[in-house]
Amino acid sequence: MEIMNIVYPILSIGGLGVVLGGALGYAGKLFAVEEDPKLGEVLEALPGANCGGCGFPGCGGCAAAIVAGTAPVTACPVGGAAVAEKIGSIMGVEASSAEPMAAFVKCKGTCEVAKEKYTYFGLDDCVMAMQLAGAGAKSCSYGCLGLGSCKKACGFGAIEIIDGVAVVDKEKCVACGKCVSTCPKHIIEMLPAKKKVKVECSSKDNGKGVMAVCSAGCIGCKICEKNCPFDAVHVVDNLAVIDYEKCKSCGICANKCPKGVITGKKPAPPKAEAKPNAENAKKEEPKKEEAKSE
Amino acid sequence: MDLILLVLAGIFVNNYVLSQFLGICPFLGVSKKVETATGMGVAVIFVITLACAATYLVYNFILVPLDITYLYNIAFILVIAALVQFVEMFLKKSSPSLYQALGVFLPLITTNCAVLGVAVVNMQNEYNFIWSVLNGIGSAAGFALAIILFAGIRERIEFNDTPKAFDGFPMALVTAGIMSIAFLGFSGLIKL
Repeated sequence: MEIMNIVYPILSIGGLGVVLGGALGYAGKLFAVEEDPKLGEVLEALPGANCGGCGFPGCGGCAAAIVAGTAPVTACPVGGAAVAEKIGSIMGVEASSAEPMAAFVKCKGTCEVAKEKYTYFGLDDCVMAMQLAGAGAKSCSYGCLGLGSCKKACGFGAIEIIDGVAVVDKEKCVACGKCVSTCPKHIIEMLPAKKKVKVECSSKDNGKGVMAVCSAGCIGCKICEKNCPFDAVHVVDNLAVIDYEKCKSCGICANKCPKGVITGKKPAPPKAEAKPNAENAKKEEPKKEEAKSE
Repeated sequence: MDLILLVLAGIFVNNYVLSQFLGICPFLGVSKKVETATGMGVAVIFVITLACAATYLVYNFILVPLDITYLYNIAFILVIAALVQFVEMFLKKSSPSLYQALGVFLPLITTNCAVLGVAVVNMQNEYNFIWSVLNGIGSAAGFALAIILFAGIRERIEFNDTPKAFDGFPMALVTAGIMSIAFLGFSGLIKL
């Protein structure tokens, strides 16, 4: 009888455990939810940084949306083309249209070329500076304040403040879009990383207004518009805007720009290098020759 | 009549959280938002009701006949853990929306001592099957009531200008204490 004091508990509790375990195992099979095997694979292919750059709650949400078909295979801006290709092969879709994007700061109003309204001694934060009179110290109301809110927002160390203007390192930028939403001046934009031609100014002031505050701003002279062979540049609200569907990165506009506001200059004869910084914007005559020389 | 009183006693008089101080962990942990608190409350009602039935059967048909009632703690925990797992699987399959709503709270209930507490009280008071289940429902409803009220209060306190030293959890603990004192007013109202 003594021995039964040990045997009964072992048998009953052990048996209970075995029965419940078996029942759970059976239930696990019975109630197995059919998860799309693609979901795991897509999740595996994603970077797993959960940065939210895609607009979904983390990589899991993005993977679910891709598998469900509500998001394109290129939905992950961080992974870029490589990840899109992997996901594309999982989903059986060509991911050829994946164009890597990168953030671009549309301002080149560095300390030397742009004037300041007053000396700012506040916190090193653009959002704070925006609260003050005149929305920051820079004379140009569109210009980069250079206090580095975007730099702080960037989780990849891709933004540096150089000469009072934020500059994005294209190599490091993963196009998560954090800086775009952080910049209180709204001058950071996602642009195709491969396109060399970009307008480095956001000012919608007229030519005279721009000239008064910054020597490197777009004055809306329309020279780029007139010279573009592909009809890709247009001046909208006194600011050159490039249509990347049409732009072939030929660089003609960049070479023609009298203010040097457009990036992506082609290595042209020395004459062309010097001319874009010429003070007078309206004179197009001497530049037609350069166009031919290219 | 006794059964109605039993349920009411579970909700107000013998409130597991505020009178018996069981299940404090989820009470403090999952009570920042009314929405999640409601989810937790509903999940607890669901699990405790099932657990009461299951533990009653295990106790009276396995432990008592074998005269090994001293093992009730281990047996109950085993049953409750398995039950929660099973409920989780079942919900995932049958009602994904409810599964999503309850989310992490379901597995959390495994370690909720209120569940074990109700089972033990049922055993100690030698309730029959129906009484056990009803006591479970009442107690769980009491838990749900407490956690939802608490979450509502915490949501409001969040916007108040509390002294720095009391910010956050200290304030929650003070609140819980005051709620407990308030529920003390029910004590002795119902005698079973």
